[in-house]
Amino acid sequence: MSFPLLTVTAALPAVGAVATAAVPAARRTAAKWLALLVSLATLVLAAVVLIRFDPGGARYQLTESHAWIPDFGVRYELGVDGIGAALMALTALLIPFVIGAGWHDADDLEGERANRRWRPTQGFFALILAVEAMVLVSFAATDVFLFYIFFEAMLIPMYFLIGGFGDRAHAAGEEEGAKQRSYAAVKFLLYNLAGGLVMLAAVIGLFVVSADSLGQGTFSLPELLKARASGDLAMATSTERWLFLGFFVAFAIKAPLWPLHTWLPNAMGESTAPVAVLITAVVDKVGTFAMLRFCLGLFPEASSWATPVVLSLALVSVLYGALLAVGQRDIKRLVAYASISHFGFIILGVFAMTSQGQGGATLYMVFHGISTAALMLVAGFLISRRGSRLIADYGGVQKVAPVLAGTFLIGGLATLSLPGLAPFVSEFLVLVGTFSRYPVAGIIATAGIILAALYVLVLVQRTMTGPIRRPEIEKMPDLKVREVAVVAPLVALLLFLGVFPKPLTEIVNPAVEHTLSDVQKKDPKPQHPVAEHAGSDDKPAGHGGGDHE
Amino acid sequence: MIGLLVGVPLLGAAVLLLGGRRLDRSGHWLATLLAAASFVIGAVLFASMLGEDAESRAMHSKLFSWVPVEGFQADVAFQLDQLSMTFVLLITGVGTLIHLYSVGYMEHDPKRRRFFAYLNLFLAAMLLLVLADNFLLLYVGWEGVGLASYLLIGFWQHKPSAATAAKKAFLVNRVGDAGLAIAIFLMFTTFGTFAFAPVLSAAGEAGEGKLTAIGLMLLLAACGKSAQVPLQSWLGDAMEGPTPVSALIHAATMVTAGVYLITRSGAIFNGAPDAQLVVVIVGAVTLLFGAIVGCAKDDIKKALAGSTMSQIGYMILAAGLGPIGYAFAIMHLVTHGFFKAGLFLGAGSVMHGMNDEVDMRRYGGLRKHMPVTFVTFGLGYLAIIGFPGLSGFFSKDQIIEAAFGKGGTEGWILGAVTLLGAAITAYYMTRVMLMTFFGEERWRKAPTPSPAEPDVEPAAETRGAYTPPHPHESPKIMTIPMIVLAFGSVFAGGLFKAGESFVGWLEPVTQFEHGHSPVSATAVTAATIVALVLGVGAAYLQYGRKPVPALAPRGSLLTRAARRDLLQDDFNHVVLVSGGTHLTRSLVYVDNKVVDGAVNGTAASFGGLSGRLRRLQNGFARSYAVSMFGGAAVLIAATLLMRAV
Repeated sequence: MSFPLLTVTAALPAVGAVATAAVPAARRTAAKWLALLVSLATLVLAAVVLIRFDPGGARYQLTESHAWIPDFGVRYELGVDGIGAALMALTALLIPFVIGAGWHDADDLEGERANRRWRPTQGFFALILAVEAMVLVSFAATDVFLFYIFFEAMLIPMYFLIGGFGDRAHAAGEEEGAKQRSYAAVKFLLYNLAGGLVMLAAVIGLFVVSADSLGQGTFSLPELLKARASGDLAMATSTERWLFLGFFVAFAIKAPLWPLHTWLPNAMGESTAPVAVLITAVVDKVGTFAMLRFCLGLFPEASSWATPVVLSLALVSVLYGALLAVGQRDIKRLVAYASISHFGFIILGVFAMTSQGQGGATLYMVFHGISTAALMLVAGFLISRRGSRLIADYGGVQKVAPVLAGTFLIGGLATLSLPGLAPFVSEFLVLVGTFSRYPVAGIIATAGIILAALYVLVLVQRTMTGPIRRPEIEKMPDLKVREVAVVAPLVALLLFLGVFPKPLTEIVNPAVEHTLSDVQKKDPKPQHPVAEHAGSDDKPAGHGGGDHE
Repeated sequence: MIGLLVGVPLLGAAVLLLGGRRLDRSGHWLATLLAAASFVIGAVLFASMLGEDAESRAMHSKLFSWVPVEGFQADVAFQLDQLSMTFVLLITGVGTLIHLYSVGYMEHDPKRRRFFAYLNLFLAAMLLLVLADNFLLLYVGWEGVGLASYLLIGFWQHKPSAATAAKKAFLVNRVGDAGLAIAIFLMFTTFGTFAFAPVLSAAGEAGEGKLTAIGLMLLLAACGKSAQVPLQSWLGDAMEGPTPVSALIHAATMVTAGVYLITRSGAIFNGAPDAQLVVVIVGAVTLLFGAIVGCAKDDIKKALAGSTMSQIGYMILAAGLGPIGYAFAIMHLVTHGFFKAGLFLGAGSVMHGMNDEVDMRRYGGLRKHMPVTFVTFGLGYLAIIGFPGLSGFFSKDQIIEAAFGKGGTEGWILGAVTLLGAAITAYYMTRVMLMTFFGEERWRKAPTPSPAEPDVEPAAETRGAYTPPHPHESPKIMTIPMIVLAFGSVFAGGLFKAGESFVGWLEPVTQFEHGHSPVSATAVTAATIVALVLGVGAAYLQYGRKPVPALAPRGSLLTRAARRDLLQDDFNHVVLVSGGTHLTRSLVYVDNKVVDGAVNGTAASFGGLSGRLRRLQNGFARSYAVSMFGGAAVLIAATLLMRAV
């Protein structure tokens, strides 16, 4: 038996979470360092996963399979394709930044209660690691039931992170803040639980169907896919559609897709910036990932059937999220609505059913994670300095804190997909992929890039430029060493992947081809294909440049 | 080698931005040196290119595969042919002079290092734009130019007006960028690629409808960067940036990008006459629009901005004429690069000596105080109005001739518009010249706010007790670039025209055909000169013979509209800004009350679940566990049921 790399990668943060939680109350700093080291070690393991993954190899690699509940065909099955490997890497990459940025987030909760057993710092970092472990399993699980359990279970630590450690910077005072926080946490939990229940019904349904036609029910994705391809696993059209809907609704809530998005602005607005990053950059990606992995693979016919509606909702998300971002007065809610717009792009790419669209959507998940982390974490640094989330409370920050303003601008430019930064590559691929099959949808979505420029630049203008109008800003310090250490690698990654995304596209491409063959779609062919432009290296180009004579 | 052209200034930008305060004292020289190095590399490549046959001058170099996805191949690869070479020399040459000038102009600015970093970034982006060998990489340069202009226009971002102008420039440009993106999508779905060589050589095979669509989208892109109607509104506001930036945007980079794009995509436009017609119309409208606006502005930089818009209109018009115009569009672009850069640097020099005053009604008689500026600005002036023998004369005359050469009624209309434009150009430029350098020294008197632009604050020094400025000549580091540019303004046109050398140089790339002009070349030249004399004469009667009032007269309806940029901002405000504000506000309301309300309502209707749960906060893990168990129970029940049947 080979080394269970995926299990170890996911288990490490889980063990780390327990260990962090067990650190004695007095040794808070030790708990922080422990959590950071565990997250860095996990990052190393995730990097090993990426390196060990062979783009030319089997569809699912590094597989592990053990019987778990044989009566129900539930197995402990792990394996990654390129998409899963890339997203595991993203998760493992972002957690150290989340921990570094949230270094002091739990500090002011210390001493809030007389109870000695109250250890907020340990709790905060343990919960973050717990979320990481669960997300990693979700990206690696190839057993539908196993996936479902972790998809649901991650809600619990997230709930406590939002409700227990939320943002203290509230305009209406501490008491109102606490109310808003618990409202946001409850809303997050209920919304996602509701989706989870629908999915549970569909999971059971899937088991029933597989038991029906295969004789032995199974949750194993590779087996189900094989049975789908060979025709052994037959489903009535209506059954397939119902099951698709059950899965899709749960993922669309998590993603989130309009009109199931309203929990996100509350959750992101009320939680601390690092937790907001955890929500939008890490946890939500499980939703879009699952659409690619489960919805398209298991229910190809239903996916095609639902495509027009899904694309329309995605388009609404793109424009609606962007327009609402323009209208926000709260920095974090603005980023939340921008994320809704971006998730619209991702879902658009997934359901455009082209290599460019789905490849772009996968890259989009990774790059959006990095760019939102950069923007949101700097926004968090800004908010912690001034104690307010309202855009109107800022202005002229550029003058006193140029590094903060500069990194904020870069995060913003990444969010509006400026070429040269990573998100441009993915957004352009999604748009090209959408356009080649659905030209009108592609054009409408392109309007989103104009709106993105609007909400980002208005935010930058109102917070960073102009004269300083408030005394609190005059004394505002620039980024500290710890903060620069958090932001600089993210900025460097955005630049590097914007110029050289090839390592990632190589890993993702084969997985996308598999997914497309699951749904039996081929890329639309160009109308007047140009023979391989082999000559581009030596032939002069020019007008009517067919100068072969 | 080609990559170095882009890489050298890009390196400069990176070093200056990351280098920190250590580079505050030397950074500007480093940036200037790197810009010059880029020019030298360009010149070396130019020399080696001249050694080749006309047909085999294009050079290619592929650096690496950028975005390889199934069916979609984008490379970071460069193509240097005669067209790109022309731009490279213009961008790096004029760019270096502007760097040099800025050393003097920005001497006392605390953020000088950052300014030079942005200048280098601007050059790098523009070079990438003209050197890319495919439309996607061009798009990177295209938006990079947008970013650099955003940073530079908003350089004095503590001024709200500068920050707003920067944002506006970027946004308006983004609309054009979206057009370029859609054009690339169309190329991809039509040809399966968006590299220049295959797309342009296969353009003939695609249907006219496809080519028209691609052409119109490219035109939209060009309108954004080149400030053509209807995306012109950012250009005037962009004057909020430091004056060298204006020179850079108007002469060497940015606004020329649209002309480049259309000329580069000539094969597409040649197959789409409808798109060409729209290009020509846009050019004609803009050339009059800009000229009219230029007549009404009292702000010297804004008058020059109107003039840029108008001159670029000439180029776009010429490019829309097809093979009879491409070469002339580029030729005018180059000569314009010389004299417009010279004019802006001259304007900056005037402002430098006048405490940053920009209102020409508060200038007057400056020729005695700043002789070098006067002479260089004057030569630029003569060049732009097309004084016989100077650069602008040759290049503009060719465009007018080509416009007539379009043939038919269109030809007559276009010819008439270009002639009219020439007359108006002569008028407003003479006005600028007279108001600035001739007449009474109005700056000796305390100023009154200009009624044309009451919201424009006078420079800080002129507020409070009035002390008249002490106009003086600028230091050598500023005047030398002006002198070099003046040489270009005088001789470039004649040099290009001699033996049709410029047209011959570009022909392998842009092709060339002679138009069938119904009027002889001599007649066109004569008409141009008549237009010139009329324009100059009218301005002289109005501003040379009579004293210039310190307060602008109310003026006719047209004058007042022109002062407000022909109501462009009023239009945008009513249609886009207030409409958009209402839309976003109502959407925010809808999202909170309706979409979210529905959710909360649903939750509440489940037996007040949300309310109860809210009270039971501490028991969440428990209620979650209950629901998990509930789910498991359902699962088990379902399985048992399955086994039973």
